[in-house]
Amino acid sequence: MKKIMICGLLLILSVGLVMAGTTITIKGSDTLVRLGQRWAEEYMKHNPDVVIQISGGGSGTGIAALLNGTTDICEASRDMKDKEYKLAEEKGIKPYRVSVALDGIAVFFNEANPVKELSFAQLKGIYTGAIMNWKEVGGEDARIILYGRENNSGTYAFFKKKVLNKEDYNEYTQTLPGTAAVVNAVSKDKNGIGYGGIAWAKGVKFAAVRKADADPAVLPSVETVSNGTYPISRELYWFFNGKPTGELKKLVNWTLSEEGQEIAKKIDYVPLSKEGALANTVK
Amino acid sequence: MNRLKFKSKSKVREFLGEKLIAINALAALVAIVLIFAFIFKEAIPIFTDQEIQQEASIAKMTFKQEFYEGRDPKWSWQPNSEVPKYSILPLMIGSLKAALVAMLFAIPLGIGAAIFSAEFASQRLREIIKPVIEMLAGIPSVVLGFFALIVLATVLQNMFGFLFRLNAVTAGVALGLAVIPIIFTVAEDAMTSVPSSLRDAGLALGANHWQVSLTVVLPAALPGSAAGVVLGFGRAMGETMIVLMASGNAAIISSSLTDSMRTISASIAAELAEVVFGSAHYSVLFYLGTLLFVFTFLINLGGELAVTRMKQRLQGKLS
Repeated sequence: MKKIMICGLLLILSVGLVMAGTTITIKGSDTLVRLGQRWAEEYMKHNPDVVIQISGGGSGTGIAALLNGTTDICEASRDMKDKEYKLAEEKGIKPYRVSVALDGIAVFFNEANPVKELSFAQLKGIYTGAIMNWKEVGGEDARIILYGRENNSGTYAFFKKKVLNKEDYNEYTQTLPGTAAVVNAVSKDKNGIGYGGIAWAKGVKFAAVRKADADPAVLPSVETVSNGTYPISRELYWFFNGKPTGELKKLVNWTLSEEGQEIAKKIDYVPLSKEGALANTVK
Repeated sequence: MNRLKFKSKSKVREFLGEKLIAINALAALVAIVLIFAFIFKEAIPIFTDQEIQQEASIAKMTFKQEFYEGRDPKWSWQPNSEVPKYSILPLMIGSLKAALVAMLFAIPLGIGAAIFSAEFASQRLREIIKPVIEMLAGIPSVVLGFFALIVLATVLQNMFGFLFRLNAVTAGVALGLAVIPIIFTVAEDAMTSVPSSLRDAGLALGANHWQVSLTVVLPAALPGSAAGVVLGFGRAMGETMIVLMASGNAAIISSSLTDSMRTISASIAAELAEVVFGSAHYSVLFYLGTLLFVFTFLINLGGELAVTRMKQRLQGKLS
């Protein structure tokens, strides 16, 4: 009974809050949802009359919600597909894209592995099965054991597009639920290789990656992703219906401010470069 | 007078009670039929929709396909590809491999523990063993899966030197842990319900405890034990979280138990949440669900029939 009363009270309270000010709904990418939540908490602290509701569900879910008009802001870890842009046009939605943060995908080795760097071509060979032995990339004579993510993961899709040129992963790739599991597996498997967000590095070492064979190999870090020298990185977006105005504009410009980007950095996302943040700020 | 009154009242109650439990029983039946109808309905486009058939027809899912011109035809499960590939064979093999290892691991342990508990353990020991083993069934499968992923995989790899950390053996052993209590409980109940007159007769004829257990009690309890094994196999085929976490989820055609593997159930669990509603991939996943459903149903049905026959034979009704 007490519980019901508390629930009822909360409900009334929340309705009251919603009615008092502006409500902003944000929906989409699971990669971004943690950052969105932190931003929302901070923003609501500064602006008590604004209520921000955040939910995840994946980039695709968020984009669908934007097209159906059920969300104000869509978070996405990828750009909209041509098909989605066309659908938006049909529905009279004008997607407006803002980069709010960056995300780097690191390649992990076991700490005992003597290999230090890989080129895109080598990475592609390893993950498509053309290169099967560490010997071929300067390591010991041992079979390369592949770890990856399930095929519903955004990281899976991004790595496949960026590094494998959309070719299929080798069928021997062991797919694991979550980056933490990949890191754990590689930390225990001398001949393992895996990929995932750069914030996860307990017990494994990062591979330095070069895009073309002549490029210098770069280790992933907040700095190298932020200044664009680390090659396996992506922008994380917020989509609006039309150029944001009023409270929405205030919110997005705040996330791009020094304060907003600092919050991103604090919880292990990669902030935009100063120029990048400025270029994305809504005028 | 008083007695009559009581009787008429109880008749109404009996009538109502009987109908109520009949509704309960029917509700379960209706629910199963409805669930099956729903799963199958979502899979129907595979048989009717031209567009979906181009990507995933029954033939494409069953036979070797030449996915790229000039390359060898093969079976492959790569639904999120430029050329989506939906061969079911690798997943079938994965499911069977995991269930096989699980049964190899769980049958001796489950039946052995049941014989010990029913025949040899003292009353006090039995009261400890039984609930503890049955408690295994209460462990959430995601916990078992995580245990296999983090601990069991490392232990087994160090012990046997597996090339792949996550493989059919790891997944099967973890799955076995979930299956043992099922086999144990059913088999143990079957053994304790063997009439003690049979045991006494054996002992009176001069057989020792071991001989009585193996030649009198075990055969008499065989139908019950077999039922436990069949139930356990059904669970092993359908179990999801354990194999999702511990099998490596690599859709490979291989007979080796030390390779990674991917099961039907894990594929459904991993992919259904992100799939586009109404796409070929969506229908294929529901088709997989239908297959799994039919498969487990047939196994249970076959098991049931076998058990009935065994019972009849034991009772001497069948020559």
